[in-house]
Amino acid sequence: MVSEIRDERVRSVSRLSRLLSRPELGAAAGTVLVFVFFAITAGNTGLFSAKGIVNFLEVSAQLGILAAPVALLMIAGEFDLSVGSMIGFAGILIAIPAVFWGWPIWLSLLFTFAICGGIGALNGLAVVRTGLPSFIVTLGSLFMLRGLTLGLTRGISGRTQVSGVHELAQNDPLNSLFSGQVLSGPIAWLANLGLIGKRADGMPAISGIPVSIVWWIVLTLACTWLLTRSRFGNWIFAAGGEANAARNLGVPVARTKITLFVMTALAAALFAAIQVLVTGSADTLRGTQKEFEAIIAVVIGGTLLTGGYGSAVGAMFGALIFGVVQMGIFYTGIDTDWFKLFMGAMMVIAVLFNSYVRNRAMRSR
Amino acid sequence: MAEPYVELKSVSKYFGSVVALKDVSFDVRPGEVHCLLGDNGAGKSTLIKTLSGVYTPDEGEIRVQGKPTRFASPADTRDSGIATVYQDLALVPLMSVARNFFLGREPMRKFGPISQFDADFANRTAYDEMSAMGIQLRDPEQPVGTLSGGERQCLAIARAVYFGAKVLILDEPTSALGVHQASVVLKLIVQSKARGIGVIFISHNVHHAYVVGDRFTLLKRGRSTGTYAKGEITRDQLLNLMAGGKELVDLEQELAKSARNGPA
Repeated sequence: MVSEIRDERVRSVSRLSRLLSRPELGAAAGTVLVFVFFAITAGNTGLFSAKGIVNFLEVSAQLGILAAPVALLMIAGEFDLSVGSMIGFAGILIAIPAVFWGWPIWLSLLFTFAICGGIGALNGLAVVRTGLPSFIVTLGSLFMLRGLTLGLTRGISGRTQVSGVHELAQNDPLNSLFSGQVLSGPIAWLANLGLIGKRADGMPAISGIPVSIVWWIVLTLACTWLLTRSRFGNWIFAAGGEANAARNLGVPVARTKITLFVMTALAAALFAAIQVLVTGSADTLRGTQKEFEAIIAVVIGGTLLTGGYGSAVGAMFGALIFGVVQMGIFYTGIDTDWFKLFMGAMMVIAVLFNSYVRNRAMRSR
Repeated sequence: MAEPYVELKSVSKYFGSVVALKDVSFDVRPGEVHCLLGDNGAGKSTLIKTLSGVYTPDEGEIRVQGKPTRFASPADTRDSGIATVYQDLALVPLMSVARNFFLGREPMRKFGPISQFDADFANRTAYDEMSAMGIQLRDPEQPVGTLSGGERQCLAIARAVYFGAKVLILDEPTSALGVHQASVVLKLIVQSKARGIGVIFISHNVHHAYVVGDRFTLLKRGRSTGTYAKGEITRDQLLNLMAGGKELVDLEQELAKSARNGPA
């Protein structure tokens, strides 16, 4: 009989040390830091009033809707640089049929989601079939989609902006899914209790929570469940961590990646739907650079650029930091030109910190 | 003596004009360790790939439990109880031990309409199966990247056994390991044998093979130079049979000669 091989270096793993090797740790700490910073510098400017909070949450929510599926895709080891152009393209796809061809809004929405999902599948297929880096393939889609958006819009409308969606969407059954507010009742009740400030005319400062914030939370929860609790999540980690090993064990790596490209494309379409129905117009330049903002949020959230490791909750923190900093700089009166400098630096620091956390996770136990 | 679980009978394999295997017979019985020895290029890889269903033999036949069989694919081979553990072990370093254990065959648990990954079952099973092979995990949720080389082999072997392997093909499992880790793997081989599994141990290290092997087959330039039971052959004879053995003796003599005649 063979004796048991016991490692003499065994030590018990404390809850703390396990917590310290979570991918979201850096982003959670960063969020706290950013909140403390702006509480000190912008504490009495209204950034943390009900109105201010809803403002920055709305910015975070829009980015967060993109960031959650982008995180999953990046964990699977691929990039999608086309999400920004996809937002512009999807916006036009919603507005043109509605404004110029008289389609009901719900039909143009379904049409847009179908087309965008299809383009996402094409992105995925191109990456999986050619074996080219997704960075290159989707860089191609970034330019092609933007060009297509400009060409189509100018060809059909003669301009680069399509407005007049508001009037058409008024009574549409899907309108409130993307542009409404929720919890108006409880908000009014809180305002009556004096917990939420009132405007000069006596109305509460906010009349409800924008529905985009609900989408953000729901998508983050759904992506987190997918990643940590579903079979598909196991495949995502494996596809990004060691695609060959995964294939040898029967994991459908190609199908997993294509599905994720469809998800990021659909998230871009959702982003566009919210934007078009809230603002009432579409513009060919919408979504510019959103692909990079999403990657920044995901990377700040602890996902490795090389794949195989990361979290959707982390991406939520990344998006939250993004929103707080953007609005915080505005409220403190710092020249908003500095915003990008700050976010870029934040990302580099996050990458350094995250690679430290990852090395810790791989060594410490 | 037990019937062989899997058997190659006079198998040949050609790649164009290259004779990769010629008239090789090889078998493994439940609960024995059959070592396949040979230098680089002797045909070991071709033989493993034929056994694991990657190649189909051009001549000869494969029998599983006495029945002539044609493997359609590596998955087909795996389903008939023959598991190959390649050198890369098919592990994902950043994922936990338990998730690696069940990768591609995730245990699910139903919560109403939703079915989700059964993490408790995965953790418990991975822990128990590795303990049964003699490795105590610190934590089934630790990433595979934190395991030692021997522990990783254990995970790959325990996984194959758990999913129904009756024959394990281990491709050079000790070659990349240090002395201590190699001995861990040799213990794993003995442990698998004790559980009634037939082990095909591919190596070019006679010292490792001789410790655990019951029978030894030598391949040389695509042909078998014979199969020997442990009692029939000594370690030095095995060494000499392998390509390196004679050459090392020649080299030794040559060096001795040049030392005598040295450039004084």
